[in-house]
Amino acid sequence: MTSPTHAPAGVRETTEGTVYDVTGGDWDQIAADIAQSDDERIIVNMGPQHPSTHGVLRLILEIDGETVTEARCGIGYLHTGIEKNLEFRTWTQGTTFVTRMDYVMPFFNEAAYCLAVEKLLGIEDDIPDRATLIRVLLMELNRISSHMVFTATGGMELGATTVAIFGFRDREMVLDLFELITGLRMNHAYIRPGGLSQDLPPGAVDALREFIKKMRKNLAEYQKLCVGNPVFKARLKDIGYLDLAGCMALGATGPILRSAGLPHDLRKTQPYCGYDTFDFEVPTTDTCDSFGRFLLRLEEMHQSLRIVEQCVDRLEPGPVMVADKKIAWPAQLALGPDGLGNSLDHIKKIMGTSMEALIHHFKLVTEGFRVPPGQTYAAVESPKGELGVHAVSDGGTRPYRVHFRDPSFTNLQSMAAMCEGGQVADVIVAVASIDPVMGGVDR
Amino acid sequence: MGLEEKLPSGFLLTTVEKVAGMARKSSIFPATFGLACCAIEMMTTGAGRYDLARFGMEVFRGSPRQADLMIVAGRVSQKMAPVLRQVYDQMPNPKWVISMGVCASSGGMFNNYAIVQGVDHVVPVDIYLPGCPPRPEMLQDAILKLHEQIRTSKLGVNQQEAAREAEEAAKKALPTIEMPLSSEKKGLPR
Repeated sequence: MTSPTHAPAGVRETTEGTVYDVTGGDWDQIAADIAQSDDERIIVNMGPQHPSTHGVLRLILEIDGETVTEARCGIGYLHTGIEKNLEFRTWTQGTTFVTRMDYVMPFFNEAAYCLAVEKLLGIEDDIPDRATLIRVLLMELNRISSHMVFTATGGMELGATTVAIFGFRDREMVLDLFELITGLRMNHAYIRPGGLSQDLPPGAVDALREFIKKMRKNLAEYQKLCVGNPVFKARLKDIGYLDLAGCMALGATGPILRSAGLPHDLRKTQPYCGYDTFDFEVPTTDTCDSFGRFLLRLEEMHQSLRIVEQCVDRLEPGPVMVADKKIAWPAQLALGPDGLGNSLDHIKKIMGTSMEALIHHFKLVTEGFRVPPGQTYAAVESPKGELGVHAVSDGGTRPYRVHFRDPSFTNLQSMAAMCEGGQVADVIVAVASIDPVMGGVDR
Repeated sequence: MGLEEKLPSGFLLTTVEKVAGMARKSSIFPATFGLACCAIEMMTTGAGRYDLARFGMEVFRGSPRQADLMIVAGRVSQKMAPVLRQVYDQMPNPKWVISMGVCASSGGMFNNYAIVQGVDHVVPVDIYLPGCPPRPEMLQDAILKLHEQIRTSKLGVNQQEAAREAEEAAKKALPTIEMPLSSEKKGLPR
């Protein structure tokens, strides 16, 4: 293979083949090359530290006047090595890591991972109903908070500060619930293989009902604020166009695919966590543009609220962890004088009465449970699209490999198709409508 | 940086110090340097409920050249580190850095090939803020502590004197863990 003489990036030959370098070339060389060429094109590097690129995304835009002729993404600025770290921790500890992948939708990461582990263990049918219901409840609340972040950051990038303030105001309401239920505002590690780390606290159901009432009122405000606003409409309509054929070719899922008119939603097409028993609709539009995606997300929040309401109505007392003591985390959490801790009754039992229980507790906590060898794929419909987990076990207490098919990553490749041929200012809108979260893209 | 740095020690410099400290702490412009989860909490701190505008710093500047505070919010990857340093270098003096969250402070839970084990390997840090991610209240607390630090900071010769004193104090400081003397060594060697 011969290397191009003036590649936009640095090139060097190694024994492994040609290595391209993303740090860019020598300015004198680049300027001389451009001076020789007869066109007016310039290459603009947007990011990775740019307020409008949704985190540390780097966009490399080739522009001719105000028109973008070529657009490419530079990713990897937030690569955290989470998948590698998982291989050195027990299956239960894995939830602590995966929740930090796409930090705007932590519950979906946890749920997808736990569904995969449970599939490998073959205990999908043993998960208590209450645990599944609470998972659905939290996922739908999380969908609302994720779409709120989309609305807020998207609005902020357009200069619509009011929308940003509104979005964060309503997200705070959801985070208050998360804090009440899991103890944390973000990065919860609440969903565990086999069930949940603990049950809903007292007062949670009342708080949820109160929230549903308030949120319903607040959601109507977005309708008034954005949908009728001519400036907002003008910025979003017909921008970031990607039709169904394009979506299919690029593997786009979630609101992007549904904005092209295909009602593909894993909650309907291959139900998990009992989604087939809930009454909700999958909204679609056929506009294929950013405005359609915005409307879809708005409607999805309404639908999520419906599911949350049904979950709250259906909640019945019961266990929240699988009955198998070989898998269930042995801790019975209780609030001690120093914050969270193990319940004194449980400590009394393992320390005072049952040697076996103590050994069992010790082994399960320090070593973890064993997962039969094999591989599996579990997918959930996250706010951004299909979030899949490919988990491989070699029979040990730690994963052999866990790969996440993150929707942000896959959807981001449609950026070029959406932006090329458009204006520079519309790149911001198109990228915002993809709603990529770099934590999920780079992991 | 300016004329104030050239003033001789004395009553005039102390007055200028007070004025400069007051002015600097009251109008800090943070640069947007959101990286990961902490960035979302940082935005929340700027938004309605927590409202950084109360401390005169709601305007997050997109350009580092207009900013004097960098809040490193999130995990710094090896690939991001040079960019971070460049942004820091582009900020005009005087400038401060808050390392927000455990990942930025020490690498946190990500002790691996990809993450810089503490942003202080790349830029000098004024305030380390623990938490994963820290609550908005914690960020506000860190900011207020930084304000106090800025308000009482010295200039010119006084600053050099203070730096010398701090170094002398550090040299004389005893270790936090008391080591047993070799004559009375007991048990396992540490």
